[in-house]
Amino acid sequence: MIPEIGHFALILALALALVQGIVPIAGSFRGNAAWMAVSRTAAAGQCTFVTIAFACLVYCFANNDFSVLYVASNSNSMLPWYYRIAATWGGHEGSLLLWSEMLVLWTFAVASFSNQLPEVTVARVLGVMGLISVGFLCFMLFTSDPFERLIPAAMDGRDLNPLLQDFGMIVHPPMLYMGYVGFSVAFSFAIAALMGGKLDAAWARWSRPWTLVAWMFLTLGIFMGSFWAYYELGWGGWWFWDAVENASFMPWLVGTALIHSLAVTEKRGSFKNWTVLLAIIAFSLSLLGTFLVRSGVLTSVHAFASDPRRGLFVLVFLAIVVGGSLLLYAARAPKVGLGGSFSLFSRESMLLVNNVVLLAAAGTVFLGTLYPLFLDALNLGKISVGPPYFEAVFVPLMLPVLLLMAIAPFVNWKNASLKQVAWRLRWLALAALIFAVIAAVSFAHSVMVVVGVTLALWIALATATHLFERLSHAPAGTSLWRRISSQPRSYWGMLIAHAGVAVFVVGVTLVKGNEVANDVSMRVGETTSAGDYAFHLLAIKDIKGPNYVAAQATFEVTRDNKLIAIMRPEKRLFLVQQMPMTEAAIDRGFTRDLYVSLGEQSSPNVWVVRVQHKPFVSWIWSGCLIIALGGLFAASDRRYRLKQSKAAAHAALVNTGALQSDKVIV
Amino acid sequence: MRKLLTAACLVLLIAQTCVQAQTQSAVADAAGTNPALEKHVLAVSEQLRCLVCQNQTIADSHADLAVDLRNQVREKIQQGQTDQEIFDYMVARYGDFVMYRPPLHISTVLLWFGPFLLLFGGLFFLAKKLRGRRSEEPELSEAELRRSKQLLATLSESSSDNKEMP
Amino acid sequence: MKRFLIPFGIFVALVLFLGVGLKLNPREIPSPFIGKPAPTFKLTQLNDADKTIAPADMLGKVWILNVWASWCVSCREEHPALMDLSRMNVVPIIGLNYKDTRAEGVGTLQQFGNPYAVSGFDDKGRVGIDYGVYGVPETFVIDRSGVIRMKYIGALTPQIISQQLLPLIKELNRA
Repeated sequence: MIPEIGHFALILALALALVQGIVPIAGSFRGNAAWMAVSRTAAAGQCTFVTIAFACLVYCFANNDFSVLYVASNSNSMLPWYYRIAATWGGHEGSLLLWSEMLVLWTFAVASFSNQLPEVTVARVLGVMGLISVGFLCFMLFTSDPFERLIPAAMDGRDLNPLLQDFGMIVHPPMLYMGYVGFSVAFSFAIAALMGGKLDAAWARWSRPWTLVAWMFLTLGIFMGSFWAYYELGWGGWWFWDAVENASFMPWLVGTALIHSLAVTEKRGSFKNWTVLLAIIAFSLSLLGTFLVRSGVLTSVHAFASDPRRGLFVLVFLAIVVGGSLLLYAARAPKVGLGGSFSLFSRESMLLVNNVVLLAAAGTVFLGTLYPLFLDALNLGKISVGPPYFEAVFVPLMLPVLLLMAIAPFVNWKNASLKQVAWRLRWLALAALIFAVIAAVSFAHSVMVVVGVTLALWIALATATHLFERLSHAPAGTSLWRRISSQPRSYWGMLIAHAGVAVFVVGVTLVKGNEVANDVSMRVGETTSAGDYAFHLLAIKDIKGPNYVAAQATFEVTRDNKLIAIMRPEKRLFLVQQMPMTEAAIDRGFTRDLYVSLGEQSSPNVWVVRVQHKPFVSWIWSGCLIIALGGLFAASDRRYRLKQSKAAAHAALVNTGALQSDKVIV
Repeated sequence: MRKLLTAACLVLLIAQTCVQAQTQSAVADAAGTNPALEKHVLAVSEQLRCLVCQNQTIADSHADLAVDLRNQVREKIQQGQTDQEIFDYMVARYGDFVMYRPPLHISTVLLWFGPFLLLFGGLFFLAKKLRGRRSEEPELSEAELRRSKQLLATLSESSSDNKEMP
Repeated sequence: MKRFLIPFGIFVALVLFLGVGLKLNPREIPSPFIGKPAPTFKLTQLNDADKTIAPADMLGKVWILNVWASWCVSCREEHPALMDLSRMNVVPIIGLNYKDTRAEGVGTLQQFGNPYAVSGFDDKGRVGIDYGVYGVPETFVIDRSGVIRMKYIGALTPQIISQQLLPLIKELNRA
C-alpha cells in the first residue's frame, strides 16, 4: 500500500511541478498577478507530495518491505536501522528521489524567503525550478521508479554494499545533493533575470546568499566524500580524480568563481553577463555530473548501475535545460549594459583573473575526465587519464590563485596602484621568502612542498595583516569587541574562507610530500615501522559484528619506546554479499595520522599489512570545514537579512522616479 | 542489441572475477619483508590501471589479475628492469589504457597542452577586454550630476554602515 | 554578437560526443596485438603433462586460441557454440587453460566435452598476461604466419562465430 501511495504522490507532484513551471512564467509575461501567485502555492504543494513520496520510500526501507524491487536490491533485514534508512539513497532510483526532495526543499525555501523580491522575479525563479523538477520527476516515473514492485517478494534483500555501511553514507549524499541542487537556485535567478532582460546589481544581491549556501553545502559534501574515502577504503587515499569525484569538483570550482563574480556584480554592477554565464555553467555541471554517474559513459567506482537508456533521458534533459538557457543567454546578453568600469589593476580585475583561472581549472578537470570518451568516440583508441595527469596540470594552475588570493583584498575597487600594493605587502613577501628558505633546508624535501607551505604562509600572513589593519582603522578608544562586531559578516566570511584555504594547502602539501607508507608481510610478534613510529603486531583474533565476521589485529604503536596508541585494524567479511572489506585503524592527531590496514592473508598466520605515517592530513579536513564556515558567515551577512526597512526605502525611491534600479550603485 | 548483451555478460563476468578473487584470496600476494622493494613496487603499481575493476590502480585492487600484475612488477624490478621498461611491457600487452598517465601522442596534444592554453588564452582575452573598456564610460551632464549628489545624500542617511564591503 | 553563441556551440559539440559515448563501452579494451605476431610460449598440455604446445607448432595453419577456465561461468555459456565450431572441422581450436588446476581443467572437459585439439596449461596465467588477457573467455584468430588477426572478448555465440569468425577464417585460409 505504502509504495503505491508514494508512487501516486510522485504523480501528483509532477502535475503540480508542471503547473509551477508553466503558469507563473506565462503570468509574468502577461502581467497576470493571479497566475504569478500560483508559484508559491504550487511550490508548497509540490514540496508536500515529494516529501510524502520520500517518506514512503524511507518507510519501506525501515520496515524491510522486500516486495519493493529497489528495497530488495539495496537493503537487508540484518542491516542496522540507520543504514537501512541511508540505503534509501544507496542506489540510482532512490538517489533521484533524494535529488527531487532536495529540489523541492530549496524551492520551498526560495518561496518562503522571497517576500522582498518583486512578484515577477519570484514567479520566474520558482517557475524555472518547477521545470527542472518536472525533468527529474519524469525521469523517475518513466525510467527509474523507486516504488516498482518485486513479485513475488524477496525473502530478504541483497544488502547494501558494505562499503556504504558507514556514517559517511548518512551524511555525504545529502550534503552533496544540497549543494548540487542549490546551484539550481542561482541558475533560476539567472534565467529569471535573462527572461526579464534586466540584469542589475539587485539581482546579484538576491542571488548571492543562495549561491553561498549552496556552495557551502557542496564544500561540505565533497569534504565528507573525501574524508569518508580516507577511512573507509583502507589504503589511505583521499582523492583519486575519479570521474564522479571530478563531477562534483567542477561545479565547486565554477561555484567559487561565481560567488566571487557575484561580489563584483553586486558591488559595482560590472560584468553581469559573465556572472550570469557562470551561474548557468555551475548548474549545468551539476546536471552533467548527474548524467556521467548514471549513463555508463565513464567507468567509476561511484557509478550507479549504468543503463544507456536512462543515460539518453538525462542527456536529452540536459540538452533542453542547458541548451535552452545558453540560447536565452545568447539572445539577451548583448542587450545588457556594461556597468561600472574599472582600470587594469583594481579589485574587479583581480576578481576576474580569479574567475579566469578557476574556470581554466574547471576546464582542465573537464578535459581530463572526458578526454578518453572524446578519443574513443573519434575512434582514436582508448586511453586512461588518472592522477598522474591531474596532479601534473592542476597544481600549477592553482598556484596563481593562491598567490593572488592574498593580494586581492589589499587592492582597491575601481582603480588601484600596483606600486602601492606591492609596497604595503613588502614585509609579508620578505617573510614568505625567508620561510621558504628555512623550509627548504629543514623539512621540505621537494620544490612542491616548499612552494606549497610558503604560499600557505603567504595567504595566512596576508589575511591576518588585512584583518589587523581593518581593526586598527577605527577611532582611538574604540573597544576591540566594537571593532570586531562592526565588520560585516561577509568580511569575516572572506577572511575565514581564505584562511581555510591556507590550512588546506598545508595539509595537502605536507601529506603528498612527506607521507611514508610500508607494505610488509607480518606474523604475530613482528614489528615494522613508518616514520619515527614502530608498529608491533600483538595478536590477531576473530570477532563478530551485526552482519559480518572479521579478523581483528591488535597493534602496539610506540615512538622512542613510549606507547603512543593501540590500533585495531580489521578485515571484515560481510555475510550477505560475501564481500570482504578492510577497516583501517587510524590514530588521528593534530600534526599527523597513523594509518594501519590489513591486506590479504597470504598464508595462515601471515598477513600483508600496510602502515602509514601521514603528516598534517587532518589539516585537509579542517581546511575544508573552515572554508565552509567562511561561506556560512558570508551568507548570513546582515544586508541579506534586512527586510522591510530597506525594501521600503528602496521602493519609495523607485516610486518617486528618482531611482531607476539599474543605474544605482549600492 | 547483441553488443549490449555481450557487454552485459562481460560486465557480469568481470564483476564475478573480482568477487571470486576476493573471496578465494587464492592468489598469494608475494609481498615479502623487503620494505624498499615493496615501496618501489607500490610506486610503479600506482601508475597502472586494473583492467577488470571500476577505476582502481593495481596497487589498490584485490582482483586476481591485479595481484598477478603486481607480482609481475615485483619480479621485473628484482630482475633489474627500469620503470619505463616495465611500463612498456604493460602497454605492449594492454595498450595505452593500462597507464594512468596518458601518453603524449598527436591525439593527446590537446589534452596535455589544453589546460595552459585555457589559462593563457583566458588571461589574454581578459586583458584585451579590460583595455578596450576604459574608453567607454559615458560622461554625466550637469543635471545628472546634481541629481546623483541628491540621491547619494538620501541613501547615505538611511544606511550609514554600508561603506566598504568585500 | 556572435560570440555570445560560443557557449552554446561548445555545448552542442559536447552533447554530440556524449550521445556517441552512450553507444560505446568504456570497459572494452581493444587489443594492441592485432596485426602483430602472437607472443611465443611453451606450455605443457592439459591432458598430457609430458607433451607441450607452442604457437610455432601451428605455423602454416589458421587457428583459434580460446582462453578458458573451469571456474569461469561465461566459458560454460559459450561452450556449446565452441563444440559446434569444433565439429565443423574448419579450424583447429587450441585452448589456453588459464589460472586453473589440472584436475579441474581436465574434469571440466570430461564433463562438458572437449572442443580443443589441445589445451595448454597456463596455471600461473603468465601466458595470459603475455596475450593481454584480462578476463575470461577471450578468443584469438591467428593466421598462417602466426600473426594475430582478431581478438574477441567475452562469450562466443553462434551468431558471432558465423558472422565474424568464420568469414575471417575463410579469408585467411584463401590467402
